[in-house]
Amino acid sequence: MSATPGRIAFATVVAFLGIAPFLPMAGMKQYMLHVVIQIFIWTFIGQAWSLMGRFGLVSLGHGAFLGIGAYATTLLWNFYGLTPWIGSLVAVALAVVMAFLVAYPCSRFGIIGHYFALTTLAVGEVVRLLIIAERDWTGGSLGVTLKAAGDASFIALQYADKQVWYYVGLVLWLAGLWVWARLDRSMARAAMEAIGEDETAAASVGIRVTRFKLWLTVLSAALTALGGVAYAQYITYVNPETLSGIGVSLRIVFAVVLGGMYSLLGPTVGTALTIALSEWLRIVFGVKFIGMAETIYGLLLVIFIIFLPAGIYGSLADLVRRRRRPAAAPATA
Amino acid sequence: MLTVSRLTKRFGGFTALNEVSFEVKEGEILGLIGPNGSGKTTCFNCVSGVLAPTAGTIRFLGDDIAGLTPDRICHRGLTRTFQIPRPFRKLSIADNVAVAAHYGATERTSEAEARRRALQVLDLVGLPTDSAALPTQLGAGGLKKLELARALATGPKLLLADESLGGLDPGEMASAADMLRRVRGELGITIVWVEHIMATLMRVVDRVVVLDHGEKIAEGRPRDVAEDPRVIEAYLGEKIVLE
Repeated sequence: MSATPGRIAFATVVAFLGIAPFLPMAGMKQYMLHVVIQIFIWTFIGQAWSLMGRFGLVSLGHGAFLGIGAYATTLLWNFYGLTPWIGSLVAVALAVVMAFLVAYPCSRFGIIGHYFALTTLAVGEVVRLLIIAERDWTGGSLGVTLKAAGDASFIALQYADKQVWYYVGLVLWLAGLWVWARLDRSMARAAMEAIGEDETAAASVGIRVTRFKLWLTVLSAALTALGGVAYAQYITYVNPETLSGIGVSLRIVFAVVLGGMYSLLGPTVGTALTIALSEWLRIVFGVKFIGMAETIYGLLLVIFIIFLPAGIYGSLADLVRRRRRPAAAPATA
Repeated sequence: MLTVSRLTKRFGGFTALNEVSFEVKEGEILGLIGPNGSGKTTCFNCVSGVLAPTAGTIRFLGDDIAGLTPDRICHRGLTRTFQIPRPFRKLSIADNVAVAAHYGATERTSEAEARRRALQVLDLVGLPTDSAALPTQLGAGGLKKLELARALATGPKLLLADESLGGLDPGEMASAADMLRRVRGELGITIVWVEHIMATLMRVVDRVVVLDHGEKIAEGRPRDVAEDPRVIEAYLGEKIVLE
């Protein structure tokens, strides 16, 4: 058993799982717990994004699915008292329809690469502007607060206790890892890599390009919507700026790119770092030097992306791999 | 097996193919030749589904396949190689072939079965079978072999081989020509072969179709076609000497 990056990653996850259930009981501060929960939920969303991103389906509009997920459950609960347990299914269904509406024409008319990214960017903005425009029932740019559930917290999926959300986040994070690993080991990964590189060649050897891209987009959108639901239920407040549009869409992308979208733990590492960094900068600068925190955050991202194109985690994994195998034997023929 | 009739392809005002008709019989190797820009690759692109024809019909095993997408045509048993090899660079050599075997076959193939078939095909074309190496480590000859292996892995009944000998040295060329003979002989695959280097092609094929400026100017046995004055003219006076 050699220590390949894959095995190290797996061992890390297992070791973390050993202590994870007990972490919140060890008297973790509420604030720390809040940060960890956010990391879990946003990692899950990042993992969902990376399912597409790693195969060259770069979406800059995942805020659309996030927003649909968060607003659907919130509004259904506020107006009709529909439990988020069912509301989340509606949210996922809406996100799937939306994903289909975007992905099918794009795939059919060969809109790939930068053009696909731009199209999705617009979609994310459209959802944000729609939420703002329909202010009568969405609350516009002021956002909406979830109606308090009183003591029916299970039906309303509202828990004031952060420990509950810690475990919910943990389960989501593990589910994201599972989907990622499942896809990574299947032949579908090879097919998607092939499509990402050369659609014509992929189709010529029988790979159903349109079907694969649709399937992947729909899966990614559904999981993202679920992440949106979880976030809305945890924060109990939704706002178009934090849940749709360019800002949040890019934040998802940055986190994953920073961590490394081609590795299992890349989205986790990237999300943890970006959230930790923005929290830390917020605390250090507070209300002094308005904009300084964002500037430093942006500069660091630029530096990381330029010098570690495989992401922080991805680059480390590569380094381990290279040290173990100093020179790959050249193939014959 | 394949009947192309009055196939026409226009790009804006330019007619790349003008009412080209020919037939491929089961079990033969048909050569498709012509000078640069004569429409050979466009013809391949139309038949394999990469381009939709402007007009005309393409019947394969009785069905009209004109305008179908390449994946559907591949599932029906018609696969092509590309003039310039287009390997999936991020996949290992074995995965390049396995993915074609898994998704390209007419019948559903399990992943294990696809991997097994990939090894057989790699062995047939003479690439290392134990290899987790990437296509980027292959030379021009190796890439051509990979291109052929990937097409063969889909289990085609008809193979469209696009200039599979370009960029090879004479030794490699002879063995690649031999390879196509074996593909027909051992796997029973019918082949349409597009090639620039006429001398090599003429020795292997059963019949030849000659294109020039998007039109068919000759068809027949290699010996007869080589004597055809229109063919000699199209090739700027170069006459092919067959021993």
